[in-house]
Amino acid sequence: MATKIQAPMGPASDGRGAGLSKQEVLRYSRHLIMPEVGMDGQLKLKKARVLCIGTGGLGAPLGLYLAAAGVGQIGLVDFDVVDFTNLQRQVLFGTSDVGRPKITAAADRLRNLNPEIRVDAIEARLSSENALELFQDYDIIVDGTDNFPTRYLVNDACVLLGKPNVYGSIFRFEGQITVFGYPDGPCYRCLYPEPPPPGLVPSCAEGGVLGVLPGIVGTIQAAETLKLILGKGQSLIGRLLLFDALAMKFRELKLRKNPDCPVCGTHRTVTKLIDYAEFCGIRGEEAPSTVTNIPEITPTELKTRLDRGDDLYILDVREPHEYQICNLNGHLIPLGELPRRVHELDSSREIVAHCRSGKRSAEAVEFLQKAGFRKIWNLKGGILAWSDDVDPSVPKY
Amino acid sequence: MAVKVIIPTPLRAYAGKQESVEVQAATVAEALSAVTSKFADLKKHLFSEDGRLRSFVNVYVNDEDIRYLQNDQTSVKAGDTISIVPSIAGGAC
Repeated sequence: MATKIQAPMGPASDGRGAGLSKQEVLRYSRHLIMPEVGMDGQLKLKKARVLCIGTGGLGAPLGLYLAAAGVGQIGLVDFDVVDFTNLQRQVLFGTSDVGRPKITAAADRLRNLNPEIRVDAIEARLSSENALELFQDYDIIVDGTDNFPTRYLVNDACVLLGKPNVYGSIFRFEGQITVFGYPDGPCYRCLYPEPPPPGLVPSCAEGGVLGVLPGIVGTIQAAETLKLILGKGQSLIGRLLLFDALAMKFRELKLRKNPDCPVCGTHRTVTKLIDYAEFCGIRGEEAPSTVTNIPEITPTELKTRLDRGDDLYILDVREPHEYQICNLNGHLIPLGELPRRVHELDSSREIVAHCRSGKRSAEAVEFLQKAGFRKIWNLKGGILAWSDDVDPSVPKY
Repeated sequence: MAVKVIIPTPLRAYAGKQESVEVQAATVAEALSAVTSKFADLKKHLFSEDGRLRSFVNVYVNDEDIRYLQNDQTSVKAGDTISIVPSIAGGAC
């Protein structure tokens, strides 16, 4: 995909080399009166170039605080469009931004916050073809992405180019933050040499996320980025910070550089970017699913059969809190409990299993088939498709 | 020795929703074995079919990665905390 860079907008003259204008002194006065920043520090921030990969949950607080702090050049990389479900946590965007490219909405917001800085809005999907070239113009890369292939890509590109990678990741209400990419420090592959197989770790759409969590983790990433630029404080290089928002606890683990790391170790075997989708076991853009040969029924077909009076048993494999949002009056057995509760099902009956989008129920059908059930179907597209095709009064979530 | 094993969020569904489990063990291997005998579903998420710890799951005794200690033969003493830290990727979605 062609990389589109919108024309950078910033101060009329490139004041990046000079001192601070009167306006800037006033804007950053709370920085300037602190010895940890001061004039020297603020000038370092002004000269700094930070690339933020992703303008979503993590990218939102990250971009805002870097812009507020006066980082002179901020690059934003995202290819996505603002979706209504993003607003629960992606606080760069407002309701009126729904449908706009994230990059445009993000750049507008940051430039409004701080017109003194330069914001490069890069509407692109980061890939092995463009990463090295994109990263060249920046001093620090911040990883705010949401999938394993891109995280490995960002890591490898940073190590190959010798750029620090301020890493943050989240799941539900837990986060991890550290700094990779320093020559004497570890990289992502030192921590996790291999990704999990696709489908094993749920995405935010499947697992949910406490909206404020990326806010906290992304802000910590911003703090680490500023500290690296200023050269102050103790950075998270070699330290893995674990955060649990429910327990409100931080823990810290030691991160060591792996001397055998194929990317940053003493005998490197990875000297160029690879096919990360292949590395992570994902082919193309299709949703990762290892389930095949699953008998399916569409919502429309199901409706027809129910209206005809067919004796179908609806099995809902979602979680209780999802059942409360909307349901098809099915019998609820959450997927994780199915092995233990399979005796509640009558294999002589025709059973239609459903979940939200059809993935979990496909796994349920596969499990039940192996358990000897023969009259079992997966509701294709789940309750979301039922809402689309049969009954729009059913809320989607 | 009584040690605490911390179960990370993505795996709590397979550990009866518990955040941590107290077990008796002298090594990391014993502790993980005690946890997986209590929660059989957890086993396939922690271990591959050949019985090795999955590569996207790291284990720490207190704050040290066992790969830099004695791996699953790392000994544990009373009051130690074993942390299971899997790879998570959420962030922009």
